[in-house]
Amino acid sequence: MQLLKHCREWIDERFGWAKLTEPLRHKTVPIHKLSYWYFLGGITLFLFGVQVCTGVLLLLYYRPSANEAFESVQYIMTRVHFGWLVRSIHSWAANLMILTAFLHMFSVLFLRAYRKPRELTWVSGMILLFLVLGFGFSGYLLPWNTLAFFATKVGTEITGQVPLVGHTLLVLLRGGEEVTGATLSRFFGIHVAVLPGLTALLILLHLALVQRFGMSLPPGVEAKWKVDPTVVREMKFVPNFLLREVMAWYIALGVLGTLAALLPWELGTKADPFGAAPAGIRPEWYFMFMFQTLKLIPSKILHIDGELLGIGAFGLAGAIWVLLPFLEGRREKRGGTLIRGAGIFALCYIVAMTIYGYLAK
Amino acid sequence: MATLQNNGCWRVLLLAAVLCALAGGSRAQTANTCLDCHGVLDPPLRVTPEQFSQDIHAQKGLTCASCHGGDPTKADMDAMSKAAGFRGKIERGQIPGLCARCHSDGNFMRKYNPGLRTDQFSQYQTSVHGKLFAKGDRKVAVCIDCHGVHDLRPATDTRSKIYALNIAQTCARCHADAAYMKPYGIPTDQFAKYNISVHHEAMTAGGDLSAPTCTTCHGNHGAAPPGVDSVRNVCSNCHVFQAQMYDKSSHKNVFQAAGLPGCVVCHSNHGITRPTDAKLGTGPEGVCMQCHSPGDDCDRARLGILAGLTKLDESIKSADRLLAVAESSGMEVSEARLQQDQARDSLTKARVTIHSFQPQLIEQDIEAGLKITAKDLQAGKDALAERDYRRKGLGVTVVFILMTLVGLYFYIRQLEGSSSKGRA
Repeated sequence: MQLLKHCREWIDERFGWAKLTEPLRHKTVPIHKLSYWYFLGGITLFLFGVQVCTGVLLLLYYRPSANEAFESVQYIMTRVHFGWLVRSIHSWAANLMILTAFLHMFSVLFLRAYRKPRELTWVSGMILLFLVLGFGFSGYLLPWNTLAFFATKVGTEITGQVPLVGHTLLVLLRGGEEVTGATLSRFFGIHVAVLPGLTALLILLHLALVQRFGMSLPPGVEAKWKVDPTVVREMKFVPNFLLREVMAWYIALGVLGTLAALLPWELGTKADPFGAAPAGIRPEWYFMFMFQTLKLIPSKILHIDGELLGIGAFGLAGAIWVLLPFLEGRREKRGGTLIRGAGIFALCYIVAMTIYGYLAK
Repeated sequence: MATLQNNGCWRVLLLAAVLCALAGGSRAQTANTCLDCHGVLDPPLRVTPEQFSQDIHAQKGLTCASCHGGDPTKADMDAMSKAAGFRGKIERGQIPGLCARCHSDGNFMRKYNPGLRTDQFSQYQTSVHGKLFAKGDRKVAVCIDCHGVHDLRPATDTRSKIYALNIAQTCARCHADAAYMKPYGIPTDQFAKYNISVHHEAMTAGGDLSAPTCTTCHGNHGAAPPGVDSVRNVCSNCHVFQAQMYDKSSHKNVFQAAGLPGCVVCHSNHGITRPTDAKLGTGPEGVCMQCHSPGDDCDRARLGILAGLTKLDESIKSADRLLAVAESSGMEVSEARLQQDQARDSLTKARVTIHSFQPQLIEQDIEAGLKITAKDLQAGKDALAERDYRRKGLGVTVVFILMTLVGLYFYIRQLEGSSSKGRA
């Protein structure tokens, strides 16, 4: 303990650690019936940490080439001590992270935590969500198995439909006209260097903004507390909320371990670029709603390519979603109702289309 | 009124122009005037332009006159005058010779299809059909019976009577007709038997157009039943390894001396079904005991081979089952799965080696397969043991996590309890 004290003093003397962490000691978290939603951001952050740790371990054995990728993952799964656990946790954590990121986004939307002055927190969070989806898309191909190969083929083909720059984007993503070893190298580079770098920066920004503006209160609670300040209930961020957050992380860890042990992530068969695409090629669940929509859109709508319209609509919806806080405008009540309606519609649409995508043949 | 008259005038002129154009068009298209009449006659004289246009000869520029003589440029009955060389209906007795005029002429055929053989007629003369034909039997097959007439298509055309999938049906038109074949005293069940054979299955269900059909074993233009001595040669065209082993086996000389037709003794001919290990047994499918006696050396060898094959087959199946359980539990066993294919190959090889009739050779293949399945069984057991180990590890981890959660919960309660007391 004495040593720890000395270390703290040593750091404090040189870096002013106590001053730096001062705001954290004063930070409080409101207590109300919707406080549980505050944990989602932390859980997503924890899962990102799990991804970084397991990703680094996988990097020790993974070989990013069309000839070796599948075999190296197979080696990790069968020969490396606890390789199966690391790889399964990496895959499961990726999916859970995307799920919690989506839930976090919707919770912020429905609790209207995006309102002034937290517009940039929302924007940085939305960009983080897109980056997380990018992690999912680029990481899916890395084991170089049949399903991933053909799903990436379909996914990049959709990118090719973007007007004007579609083909250039497709070639840029694939490293050529087709999905080959060059695509794998690119996706690997994007997955382990580009996206983690950008994500780390944005997480820092996001956390700094959360720290700067504190936890948002739902409008109803905020109004009640304004009228009667005696009902205000808060807890300290350190240690009270942090300890609760650690409990949530432990639960997440337990869920991850259970999934990895009982349902290890399967590897499938090695991709054969010259083979026929297996029946029922589908993207990962988090892209299913878009995939199913594009499947259902008629080939031509008013002489315009249906798929193109679909991609355009999703692009527009994504852009509107990022700029949502700025669209609420001054008429907060009406704008808030509209945004809540749009949120309910988007949530129902995503859930319904995802279920339909899995049920449809 | 003047306008109406003018309109009427224009209509007459337009109609005249259309009729002239149609007449001119018709003349230009019908250099072969035979079809003008034969296209509308009743069968058997009817040959429509549509029908004839499908004929490979018409497509190569030949006309009715090429076979029937006459002058197709004349539009009246002079076209069919003797002076114009008209031969009329070609009698069945003249058909092979008439076709051979061109098809046996290498110089002539080279102009149309240099790759096409020109020995069909000479082969026909060696066939059972050709020999009976030479004796004056006009019921036997001649060229048009198999190839068709007036709409004769190349063998690559799926509508052709001699397209691989249609050959058996073409032969069956006569050979499955009991009344028609009665004078020849040969069976008429070949087609029915072929339809249940493994060869037919490969051809139709498997879509393998190189699978055997009638002509593969009997020949086409030189069609004849393969003699007892030729059976092995015919089968060996595809079943190379089996034939090589059979040639070195003791059975070859014994069968030859007994006048038995090689492969057919155990496998039959038209109704060859997929061979199973039951052929080595004593049940209805068993073949060995048709010649061998119970308890003799060969019977003991048969029992040993059958036991070995059954053991390997069972071993493969149990390894498959175990690996499937491991796989469904999420274990990675693809390497063992791949090895299973090698074990299956060993079983197939052992079954092929039966044709050597040497138990020690068959035993080698069985042993090789058993070694692989033993490894795969072990891989399956290891995978299941690993699965159980993981589950136990999970249980321990979950207990630790729960304990930590409980500890945290009480720590938070204590922390908040003491701070509220402090505040109070």
